[in-house]
Order: sequence, then structure tokens, then C-alpha cells
Amino acid sequence: MTESFDFDGRPIPFEPGQSLGAALTAAGIRSWRTTRRQRRPRGLFCGIGVCFDCLVTVDGQPNLRACLLPARAGAAVTTQEGAGHGDLEV
Amino acid sequence: MATSRSEPYDVLVVGAGPAGLAAAAAAVTSGARVAVVDAGERPGGQFWRQRRTAVAPDQHLHHQLASYRRLLVAAAGADWYSGRTVWTITRPRRHFEVHTVSGPDEARLTLAAHRLVLAPGAYDRQLPFPGWDLPGVMTAGGVQALLKQHGVVAGRRVLVAGTGPFLLTVAAGLAEAGARVVGVHEANAGTGWLRSPRAVLRNAAKLPEALGYAATLARHRVPLHRRSVVVAAHGEDAVSWATVGRLDRDGRIRARSERTLPVDLLAVGWGFSPQLELALGLGCATRVDVDGSMVVAVDDDQRSSVAGVWVAGEACGVGGAALAAAEGEIAGADATGGPVPAKARRRRASAGVFAVAMHRAHPLPEDWTGRVTDDTLVCRCEEVTAGELRGAVDDLGADSARSAKLLVRTGMGWCQGRVCGFATSCLVAEWTGRRPSPPLPERPIAVPLTLGVLAEGAD
Repeated sequence: MTESFDFDGRPIPFEPGQSLGAALTAAGIRSWRTTRRQRRPRGLFCGIGVCFDCLVTVDGQPNLRACLLPARAGAAVTTQEGAGHGDLEV
Repeated sequence: MATSRSEPYDVLVVGAGPAGLAAAAAAVTSGARVAVVDAGERPGGQFWRQRRTAVAPDQHLHHQLASYRRLLVAAAGADWYSGRTVWTITRPRRHFEVHTVSGPDEARLTLAAHRLVLAPGAYDRQLPFPGWDLPGVMTAGGVQALLKQHGVVAGRRVLVAGTGPFLLTVAAGLAEAGARVVGVHEANAGTGWLRSPRAVLRNAAKLPEALGYAATLARHRVPLHRRSVVVAAHGEDAVSWATVGRLDRDGRIRARSERTLPVDLLAVGWGFSPQLELALGLGCATRVDVDGSMVVAVDDDQRSSVAGVWVAGEACGVGGAALAAAEGEIAGADATGGPVPAKARRRRASAGVFAVAMHRAHPLPEDWTGRVTDDTLVCRCEEVTAGELRGAVDDLGADSARSAKLLVRTGMGWCQGRVCGFATSCLVAEWTGRRPSPPLPERPIAVPLTLGVLAEGAD
């Protein structure tokens, strides 16, 4: 049976060992972050942990690199808005 | 904080790609106590990228697997610290202290060593162009990593662009995996290799590999366009079109040569940029290589200018796996005080000649800076446009990548200038008429960390 995690309310299947970014890409999802200044969508760019474009929020923890982080069954992955600390904005 | 309690290692190797593995193998073979720290979960680096799960590597994606297996066996006697990133190296006493973190919770571990071999590798070099920040525009290496490590084809209609033999590797892999590769756009004519016949002949073993990719592309009817570049990517929330154009002799787009094609993935690479953060942090002297990249200066034994620090692989000049493995073997042998095999020096010489020929055959197009429009993002992290960067030069007197960073934040963000540093340096040089400044400044911390890690101190 294929395992899955949740992305913005939608189940995303993954193969054991796949990164979050790989599983999202395989599901046809291209972006999971909006930038801080222009609120533009971003997803995988360098794919190897160098560029930090693919930052995502997992179980409430923001700024994790989707290209490196292994997908985990049951994880709650959410699109990251800006720096991912919206709760701290005044 | 976790510190290894044992005596310092004789040699600590950072990186487990071809250079690091060869260094570790040579050092272990000569009887030294060796540690290997690698950011990857499994050894191999970008070249021998492994699937996380234990499946047999795809044979057609992996060259020189026999060398990889041989090095793994030889390096098995080292202590392995996989999935760990080195964030800084200090030398509070006579030995080095290598500070590492692992995983989302940044679990810390500090390792001590008398001598270091740095083999941090490289990543795709990028040049900004309009629309390159759209999702679906990826580095060629990133597309390859998704395919090799995760078995994921990142798009259905793919255009591959930039320069260098790696583009053919990526295009062939994508075509074999079922993607429709609408074209490979190589900025150079390919005739540059004819100027270096001896370099090619000395490395004749590479020819079957190159011909194999060409045959794969032909079988899948993938057109290879020479002297052609990607001009822009278009789309709303992801790339859906790419504009390509043919270059004239001066590196400008020929009149009426532009075409716009529907794509959902654009894979781009302009050679590679070495990972220099740790070497710069230690104070290693640098030089500018044939391809214009800043690299670590090393002597005939791969020693850097800092005593006790050897550097091998792409960090001292991009040249591919064979060159990296030869340099690693020399570094690993010399760092243990052992004799350096003459064969390794000969392999380094041959592969080095090939690397120079490759760089000369695949230069950046002369007028690439002319295609960077004012609203093109240069720094992706801080979202700084070329117009803003130009303003820093024209109105605020920026004259280097460093002063531009202080004025308009190019290279200030998460990636710390790894992605935009080279381009920023070129653009500022172009606009000021000065020589290119170093793309990356030295910094005490090599990777972004949470303040919690810093608060604990690098003791």
C-alpha cells in the first residue's frame, strides 16, 4: 500500500525514500511557497539543497527544504506564505 | 552539545562524491584514522547520486559504477557521518573542530581532526533571464537529481538549455524516462573541441559515453540546436512557454530567430559553480579558473594555502568525476604523509587537460548580460531585479558584488549568493567596466542555521 502525506488538505502519495519535493512534483504540484516581497509562487529550483527556493512548512515548522526532507506518512505539509512566521507579524 | 570524545581523527574528509570518496579511500589505505562527513544520506555525491532506498542503481544513469564500488569498499574503514552538514570549522587548538548539524531539528555534532580534505563539490551555475523565477524552471542538475534519486520526471514537455556536455546527459535521461524533450539548446557551436584534439584523444574513454547520449537523443528524435539560447520563460504561476533564439557571432540574438514553444519544464545549466564556503571560511586562497569561476588555489599535492587543509574536486576547478577522483586520491595520500601514486598524478593531468578543453568549448555567450531586462530577478531569495542592481551601480556607486549586496541585498538571502553571486559579479563588472569581483565573500557560517544553534556556541 502506498503511503501518503497531506498537502494543503490533499493526500499526496509517495514512494519510500522520496523527498517531499519529489513527491509533490510527481503529483503535478509545482509550487508550495510564496515569496516575501512579491508573493510569487516558488517550488523546486536547484533540487539539491543549495538555493532554498523550495522552502515549505511541515507540521507547523516553516523554512524546511522540500528537496532534501524525506516524505513522511501522515505529515501535514502546508504552503508557506512569505517567511512562514505569519503568526509573529504585527 | 555532542562532541566526539575520542582523539582527533588523523584526516577528516568533507564530502563523499568522487573526490571525497577517493580521498577517504587513499587515507584509509595508508592506515590513517579517517572520518567522512557528507550531507547526503548515501555516499556518491551528485555524480553517483543514489536512491535512498536500497534498489539497484539504474545502470544507464551511472557511469563508472565499478570505480564507485571500489572506492566504497576501500573507504569502508572510515567512520561515516552521513546526512550531516558542516556549518563551520574552527581551530581553537592545534587541531580543527568541524561543527555539523543534521536534520530539521539541527542535531549537533562536533568532530576533531588534525588534517582536513575538503571535497564539497559543485552545483549548476545559473544566469538570470526573464521568467527564470517561475516554478517549472529548474537547474539541469536538479532535474537530474529528481530523476536519479527519486525516479521522478519533473515535466512532460521539456526544453533543455545552457551550455556543456551535461545538458546531453540530462536530456537523454529525460527522454529515456518518457518525457518529450522538445529541444536541447546549446549556446556553443560544439566546434570548440576541434581546437583541443590532444585533450580529446588523451581522454578517448569519454567518447563512447558522449556518443551514447547522442544516439539516445537521435532515437527519441530530440533536436539539438547549436548556437541557440533560452531568451525568456513565460507563464502565470508556472512556466508554460519558453522563447529561444539563435546567436550570431557576437553572441547576440539573430534578427527574427526567436521562437516561442509550449513547455512545462525548462532545465537550464551554464556549467557549475564550486561550493567554496568552508574553504573561504578557513581563509584558503583562491584563483579564477578558465571558466571564470572562483576556485580554491592548490599546489601539486592538492594543498591549499592554509596548513593542514587539502582541497579536491570541483572546489579547486570544475572538471568532472575523473579529475575529482584523481585529485581526491592525491589529497588523501598526501594528507596522511604517504607517497602519492604517480598514476593518480597522470590521471589528474589527462583529465585536467580535458577540463580545460571543455571550458574553452563551452564559454558563456558574450552578450548574455544584454538579455537581462530591468525587471529580471537577479537575486531570487531577496527578489532584487536587475534594474535595482543597476541602480546600486549607477546611483549609489556599487563597484563589486559585495558593495551591491550591502546596498540592495543581492546575495543577502537564504542561499547566501550561491545562486546569484556569479551573475551579480559579472553584471556589476559589465556596468562598471571593472574586473569581476569575487562572487562570494568569506563568512563564518557556511549554511543557514537557526539562532538556537548559534546560541549554543561553536565550542
